[in-house]
Amino acid sequence: MSWPEFGVIALRVVLTFGLLLVLTIINVWLERKVLADMQSRIGPTRAGPWGILQTVADGLKLFFKESITPRKVELGLYILAPFLAVVPAFLIFMMVPWGRPFMIGEQEVALQGADLNIGLLFILAMSSMAVYAVVLAGWSSGSKYPLLGAVRGTAQAISYEAALGLAMVAVVMFSATQGDGGTLSLAEIVDRQAGTWGDIIPVLEPILQFVPRWNIFPQIVAFVIFFIAIIAETNRAPFDLVEAEQELVGGFHTEYSGMRFAMFFLAEYVNIFSMCAIAATLFLGGWNGPTFDDALPGFISGILPTVYFLLKTYALVFIFFWIRATLPRLRYDQLMTLGWKRLIPGALAWLALSTLVIAFRQFGLPWS
Amino acid sequence: MGFVSEIWKGLKVTGKTMLKTIVIGPFGGSELVTTPYPDEKRQKPQRFHGRHVLNRYPDGMEKCIGCQLCAGACPADCIHVRGMDNDPAHPTSPGERFGFVYEINMLRCIFCALCVEACPTEAITMTHLFEMSTTNRQDAIYTRAELLMDKDGSVPHMFPDDPLADLDELMVADGWVRATAPSGMAAYEGVQAWQSTAGPAEWGPEPTQDEIDARSAGDRNG
Repeated sequence: MSWPEFGVIALRVVLTFGLLLVLTIINVWLERKVLADMQSRIGPTRAGPWGILQTVADGLKLFFKESITPRKVELGLYILAPFLAVVPAFLIFMMVPWGRPFMIGEQEVALQGADLNIGLLFILAMSSMAVYAVVLAGWSSGSKYPLLGAVRGTAQAISYEAALGLAMVAVVMFSATQGDGGTLSLAEIVDRQAGTWGDIIPVLEPILQFVPRWNIFPQIVAFVIFFIAIIAETNRAPFDLVEAEQELVGGFHTEYSGMRFAMFFLAEYVNIFSMCAIAATLFLGGWNGPTFDDALPGFISGILPTVYFLLKTYALVFIFFWIRATLPRLRYDQLMTLGWKRLIPGALAWLALSTLVIAFRQFGLPWS
Repeated sequence: MGFVSEIWKGLKVTGKTMLKTIVIGPFGGSELVTTPYPDEKRQKPQRFHGRHVLNRYPDGMEKCIGCQLCAGACPADCIHVRGMDNDPAHPTSPGERFGFVYEINMLRCIFCALCVEACPTEAITMTHLFEMSTTNRQDAIYTRAELLMDKDGSVPHMFPDDPLADLDELMVADGWVRATAPSGMAAYEGVQAWQSTAGPAEWGPEPTQDEIDARSAGDRNG
């Protein structure tokens, strides 16, 4: 590897990491503001303009607070668990392409941490790793509420990861028909959603040429299942049984304080953003959108894709907050019923249906 | 699929509230349930139980006679009073004795206002001031120096330089006095029977017995 190549890779990682950190700080503030508005409150106002620096202030406070270690903890796992939460959360976002590649001299810089050819598989693996953080934190705390939260977390994650994976399979299969063979690379999946649906049905072309070629239109059911599953996967209301402040104090992170608690908190918000970013990438066309390359100066049309990506992602993040402000927490049996009796059969049925449609379109009807 | 419409109903409620707060809010249309506290203080209830104050008569005499009834009434045992004989040449209070030592431990006080009810001379009343946090326990024990109002009717504040200090709160009427004064009744509106604010009261002419009778009759009939 030559030095310029190494520089490009370092730049990609640093840019992605920096973007994620800044956006996470904004996300925490944004959630507090949105929740406040939905509850006729004002929210943070005192740190910086509109209280936007509130998260920085909270982070600084947590950084300087003592990390109390209770007497009965399993020390090694207890210290390891927060890192297990943070590291996969950041790695997930590294897979997401968040802007159009640009050139520095000879080198092309893709705005994406790393473009793995097994990107989606890697995301699934990392989001499963995050469950270990919950389980190990709960178990190693040596206290009953964290343990209860951890046990719930395990069951919930297993239930909803199945639906999450099945919804992903459907969209990957569909995406395979849109280009040359199947792919798990997110950059490739985004590229295949460029353009519009204009050529799909000749009669409706005048209308469909204004509909972007996003996977959400043919895969709407998969999108709904995927979205519900990622809410559960990130342990957000109404699926936040893992934390459940009212019954379990703080759930799995009850015994954590100071910077260790801050890491769980950070991981939660990083996860929200990166999961929404993945949903936007898989279903809403990622950074695709009209860039007006001829009309606008190069700088603006280069930054527009990132703006589109952030708009799509924040639309989904807002729905996260909206749902949190609205819905009460599910009871445990309701959570399991929704997961096993609704989402997984629904995802399976949708997978079978879209497989049939894809097969018919490719090979024709079996009796013809 | 009934639950979908139920969820949608709920989302509409929160969504509408958000629109009200963000879009209509700046034009005065929102119904915010909170106030940005230190910048903007909420109107407290009339009978709010805040910090105590020791009153004076309009001529500057102390009202406290050192009888210790407040200390006896206190369920939290936080008042410490010792009386002392007045110097006949320069009396501090109109009676025989005055409150020589008067201390309230605000860490123990439960702000029940039983001391106010027990006081025979209306010497101790409560105000609307509630910001009394301190950084050490000694500061939480209020003595005569902090409790007793000045001769001009202003009340000393423990931390007058504090950004939260609002000296007006110390001048607001006491809850119990309002509640039990005859002027608390509708028929007695405008009649000053008890002192309504801290500080030397401005007493109007006392109502005649006929007026009082007429008022109570009206009150009973009304």
